[in-house]
Amino acid sequence: MFVYSLLAGLLFGLYFSLIGLGLNLVFGVMRIVNLAHGDFLMLGAFLAFWLFTLFALNPIPAVAIAFVAFMIIGLPLYYLLVPRLLRAKDPEMLSFILFFGLSQVIEAVTTIAFGTSERSIPGDQLGRAVTAVAGLFAGHAVEPGPVDLFGQTFPASWVASSIASGCAVLLVYLYLYQTRLGYLTRAVMDNREEAVATGIDVHRVSAIAFGIGIGLAAVAGVFAPFILGSITPAMGAEVTITAFAVIVIGSLGNPLGTVLGGVIYGVSYMFMQSYYSSWANLLPYVLLVVILLVRPSGLLGRQVRRA
Amino acid sequence: MPRFVRHLLLILLPVVAAFAILPSLYSNHLLLFNFIIFMTLAQGLNVIYGFTGYLPFGYVGFFGAGAYGFSLMIMHLQAPPLAALVVGAAAAIGLALLLTPLFRLSGAYFSIANLAAALAVLQVVSNPNLEDVTKGPYGISLSGVFDPTLSYATALAILAATLALVIYLRNSRFGMALKAIREDPISAGMAGINVVRERIIAWLLSALIAGLAGGVFAWYVSVFYPETVFSVEFTIFSIVFVLFGGSATVTGPILGAVILYGIYNAVGISTPQYFQLIYGALIMGLVLFLPNGLASLLQKWGIDVP
Repeated sequence: MFVYSLLAGLLFGLYFSLIGLGLNLVFGVMRIVNLAHGDFLMLGAFLAFWLFTLFALNPIPAVAIAFVAFMIIGLPLYYLLVPRLLRAKDPEMLSFILFFGLSQVIEAVTTIAFGTSERSIPGDQLGRAVTAVAGLFAGHAVEPGPVDLFGQTFPASWVASSIASGCAVLLVYLYLYQTRLGYLTRAVMDNREEAVATGIDVHRVSAIAFGIGIGLAAVAGVFAPFILGSITPAMGAEVTITAFAVIVIGSLGNPLGTVLGGVIYGVSYMFMQSYYSSWANLLPYVLLVVILLVRPSGLLGRQVRRA
Repeated sequence: MPRFVRHLLLILLPVVAAFAILPSLYSNHLLLFNFIIFMTLAQGLNVIYGFTGYLPFGYVGFFGAGAYGFSLMIMHLQAPPLAALVVGAAAAIGLALLLTPLFRLSGAYFSIANLAAALAVLQVVSNPNLEDVTKGPYGISLSGVFDPTLSYATALAILAATLALVIYLRNSRFGMALKAIREDPISAGMAGINVVRERIIAWLLSALIAGLAGGVFAWYVSVFYPETVFSVEFTIFSIVFVLFGGSATVTGPILGAVILYGIYNAVGISTPQYFQLIYGALIMGLVLFLPNGLASLLQKWGIDVP
């Protein structure tokens, strides 16, 4: 039970990092709070669901489609909302309210379009992708089915989601630290005014970061049916809170701290599920409040914010 | 005539008188009661958000604490409703005191942490393990003390007290001090304002208002579920009403509540999604185009909005 909880926590933790990553990127670059993050995740989940239902498309290629589609949605959305917001007196606070409104709009439109019924994608779809890849490495066909890790058995869809999340995190890391645009993005994160002064096109960099952030939410959404359970239009709010817990534990504005936050969150969530399951739902909220109070800057944060 | 008295006569008196007379003219008393509750909550949020700039996204936590404090006293101790109301308010203030460390956080961090705290309280109250104490997720029934007339009058009295408080804040040194803290805490501290103390007083007053509103709400409806009294919609409504009317004014939240909640009921929305869509769009429009509310339209022309 202990080893199982630990390993399941690690698998979930990588996925939770992916959930938090996009939110943290947006906050780090623009200092705005995307309260609609969970709703973009929900939209990504519905995209994957419809791609599967209508075209029998496996979730793995759906990841690429979801990322590109939501990146394309994110860019104009940035120019529509954010520059106007950043001119206001208190952009951080107003962004909170603005994106709350956006999340309500998204949830309402999705409910009107699809109804409130729960939807899911069969878990073996991801399992098939895993066994196909495993077969390539092993050189022979691998039987589809649960995956054995250190003597514990996990659904293949968990393993696949967590591997994919790990890859996504790695790609974001490479983008931030190995490309020129990523270098500029980090400059804007560090100090927006100085970035403007050095001639960086801050709006372009921010728009791309915003697009990536929303794209990442959609990618996390593709795996949501396998990890978070069936999908409904109303699932967004809870996901947003979870994402906040994850990035606050890691550290706000530091995308890589998100991985640490996700893993800590995932492991503690699984232990709660195993040992005190009726109180497990309390965990994200309590963790969020306690970490904010004890270390407002998160575990990897440098600066402490005080009023 | 001092401005404080003038505002009492011109704003508080007409509103309270109107809602005292309306029940004899209009038969949907629940709707009138909801108007009172939402005006009270909007003003309570105004005390903390309008005057200090801190936006408690978990404001409903105090409302729920008040409702449950009230109900537990009635259920377990058979207390008289007015005494139970005091305990409900005390529960809200206790929760607020517990959350005062949140003021170390600023801006959005405060809002998020407050929202999480309210959800944590909901999770505790609705936990099936506590069924003996709170009835868990199965809801509360207080039919023994059901008294629509008296609870309506009590709610009206709470609204009157809340309005008087906001009018006081609008016209007193204390309210000025709070607004100074909102604009620049460091300069306010330099000017001799005890930043921490004044802010916490505003916070406790705001929680007290929500706690009283929650208690009287529990009394009036007398049957409810944890999700009813901890519904984030109470927070949202309050924020939208304050934003729409104009924060840190007396009339703004009243106008916001009357106009928007009136429209909401007049449209008679049967499917909640359309309501959600309209409110979401309204919030976005307000933030982008009218971030300081209706009052700012007049203030732009140099008119002082009470």
